[in-house]
Amino acid sequence: MESPAHTDRRAQEQDLTEDDPGNLAVSMEHVSKSFGKVLANKDVQLQLRQGEILALLGENGSGKTTLMNMLSGIYFPDYGDIHVHGRKVTIKSPKDAFDLGIGMIHQHFKLIPVLSAAENIVLGQPGGVVVSRRSLNADIRELATRYGFEIDPAKKVYDMSVSEKQTVEIVKVLYRGADILILDEPTAVLTPHETDKLFAVLRNMKEDGKSIVIITHKLHEVLAISDRVEILRKGEFIGVVETAQTDQSQLTEMMVGRPVSLRIDRPKLPRGEERLTVQGLTCLSSYGVKVVDDVGFSAYGGEILGIAGIAGSGQKELCEAIVGLYPATRGSVVYRGTKDGAIVREQLLGRRPKELTRKGVSMAFVPEDRLGMGLVASMDITDNVMLRSYRDNHSVFVDRKKPQTLAGHLIEDLEIVASGPEAIVGRLSGGNVQKVLLGREIARSPGVLIVAYPVRGLDINSSYKIYDLLNEQKRKGAAVIFVGEDLDVLMEISDRLMVLCGGRVSGTVDPQKATKEEVGLMMIQLAGSEAVAS
Amino acid sequence: MLDTTVALLVAAVLAGTPLLLGALGEILTERSGNLNLGVEGMMFMGAITGLIGSFFYEQAVIGAGLAPSGALSALIALLVSFLAGAFGALIYGFLTITLRANQNVTGLILTIFGTGFGNFFGEYFGLKAGGYIAVSKATKSAFAPINIPYLSDLPVVGKLFFSYNWMVYFAIALAIAMAWFFFKSRVGLNLRAVGEDPAAADAAGINVSRYRYFATVIGGGICGIGGMYMCMVTTSGVWVHGCVSGYGWLAVALVIFATWRPLRGMVLAVIFGGLMVMRMYISIPGLPAQIYEMVPYVITILVLVITSIRQSKEHAMPASCGLNYFREDR
Repeated sequence: MESPAHTDRRAQEQDLTEDDPGNLAVSMEHVSKSFGKVLANKDVQLQLRQGEILALLGENGSGKTTLMNMLSGIYFPDYGDIHVHGRKVTIKSPKDAFDLGIGMIHQHFKLIPVLSAAENIVLGQPGGVVVSRRSLNADIRELATRYGFEIDPAKKVYDMSVSEKQTVEIVKVLYRGADILILDEPTAVLTPHETDKLFAVLRNMKEDGKSIVIITHKLHEVLAISDRVEILRKGEFIGVVETAQTDQSQLTEMMVGRPVSLRIDRPKLPRGEERLTVQGLTCLSSYGVKVVDDVGFSAYGGEILGIAGIAGSGQKELCEAIVGLYPATRGSVVYRGTKDGAIVREQLLGRRPKELTRKGVSMAFVPEDRLGMGLVASMDITDNVMLRSYRDNHSVFVDRKKPQTLAGHLIEDLEIVASGPEAIVGRLSGGNVQKVLLGREIARSPGVLIVAYPVRGLDINSSYKIYDLLNEQKRKGAAVIFVGEDLDVLMEISDRLMVLCGGRVSGTVDPQKATKEEVGLMMIQLAGSEAVAS
Repeated sequence: MLDTTVALLVAAVLAGTPLLLGALGEILTERSGNLNLGVEGMMFMGAITGLIGSFFYEQAVIGAGLAPSGALSALIALLVSFLAGAFGALIYGFLTITLRANQNVTGLILTIFGTGFGNFFGEYFGLKAGGYIAVSKATKSAFAPINIPYLSDLPVVGKLFFSYNWMVYFAIALAIAMAWFFFKSRVGLNLRAVGEDPAAADAAGINVSRYRYFATVIGGGICGIGGMYMCMVTTSGVWVHGCVSGYGWLAVALVIFATWRPLRGMVLAVIFGGLMVMRMYISIPGLPAQIYEMVPYVITILVLVITSIRQSKEHAMPASCGLNYFREDR
């Protein structure tokens, strides 16, 4: 079967839609899906060949995940045909997908925290009345050695690191005998080192004859791992290219729809005066564990200080402690600035935000949870803008004029796609929500601007707009603290990069001199010590 | 002193059994992610239907000129009360699982409905029967304490372990079986997964709706049996207006206290039962009876405060409990 089909495929290499059905693991044709009025997929096609790694590339909201959810039975297509191994199929539920050998590793892990790895893996599987832990553990170890995983079957999921959880997800799918694997943004939460390990596992699986779809928007990863790339844009099929015959700029152009410069600007400015001094800052979690451990740094005006680290290394608590939202047990945070020409120098810890604002401390914080902490989803843009400024107005009635004007300016200047200042924030797309939040914060010209994961979930266009806004604040002399997850971005935009590991500072580097690998290593171990997280 | 202690313990077990049954039904329900606050209502439904079932069976047999069988009468009460509780839970399940109505509101409504259902039919059939409904001696003796030769006659031990009616042993067996089901069996593992995270369970190929329906309906049936215990044992086969009143809520509190574990529920039900009957065994001079009656509820409030302070991932409420599941939610 192998060789004739192989030559056949060769002959038709150029015409990908006419691929021999017998050689295709999956073929989706004319698939459409809408949610209410939103058309998530419009007449999309996808061909996955046997034993290849196909990258599904597209911006956020381009319908990649929706398309794959239809293959894994989470959604049911409104229209279109799905063929698996040349046979037409109807996939109504995840169970149907498993029966066809399709397994999906979701971006948000579908694991039960209170259950162990083994229990999560065996979930929903047919078998005897009682689950035999011994034979189950043996099966899991066998899979682990075959593909090169590290896994402890008895470990509870809530005790696991992100990469361990991902391993459980992958083993879960393999245990079910899947030969078609779909990975949704698998590297989004991994360190570079963990990504390399994952890619090694994926290559082992490919060798073993598995067909793999990897959903991503990271171009260098597409080029590193895939055989072919399919590009979606705004729910529509754009094209398929052989990875060997393409490059980053072609892929970006297909993805965005027009040529885009992928360089992030880093204006060179003389370092300004010290704006924020953090010393020995320590915070405890509700379980009494040190989540921020003796952290100290300075932030200067006219500079972007990047903060890198794997998820949950204390970034959230650090930011919140500085702005007074998280209790600090020890340390000091001193703000320096001016107000009406007078010098302001204030200790921030243990003080109330209102009092600090009166004393002239001008700080802005853009939290990672935009709609939870940053904005009120059910209110319109004007009211959200007003939340920050209504105290300035001492009349009995609120003054809506000024915030409304500001909201109008924001919509215009930041290219926010909204019907007007009366648009409800919760109904805007992620990028526009972020622009409202960031726009409101920078409108007050803060001396210190702290942004946590400002481009998470944003597409390329919005992301670059946000980078521009941050650079503009830097030019205006603000000290910008940028907590990010994408190391490439952090390396490009930051003037200095501080790396956190397990709540401690493992080092501060000059991103123009350090390599990504060095920073990646600092993320998983403190300088001069053993690795603390794998 | 020893006699009083033994008597208190025996009374505590007897008073704790309906709480245990109600709690077991609710544990099964909540483990599937359905917070059914209608326990009280389902217990009322089980109480009245169980009693009426036995009553009509006896009437029919006596009408035919035969002697009613106590065992058969008890079996009918068990089945009918299970079905009535299950029916209440089915209404709840249809509203919350299929129509995705708010679980809290639906549960409260079920409590109001069941209370009315029980009291209405209790009065109605009481009037028709000429004043009140009461089962005959045959059925009453079926719910009397068992007597195992030698064992029941042992001093202390006999009283403590072998002097109860069959429903006490039934409840204990049910608790043990449920513990095995949750933590050892495959279906139990799947059920726990549904209660923790229905989306994850769904992605693992588990039919979330089916699991929720089965757990909720069977759980409701068990609550119904708990209600039947109230009017067969506690009030000795006579319908007393509002006989369940309060027990269903204590059962819900017991579920939290027991951290959703059947075996803990078994032990704690005895403690709750003891608190309810304490005033008859321990008298503190000058302490009004009302204070005694308050104790179980005060303890419940304290327990709720303590359990909400304690933070543990293992002993917490099933994570999705109270939330309806819709696969295509975005």
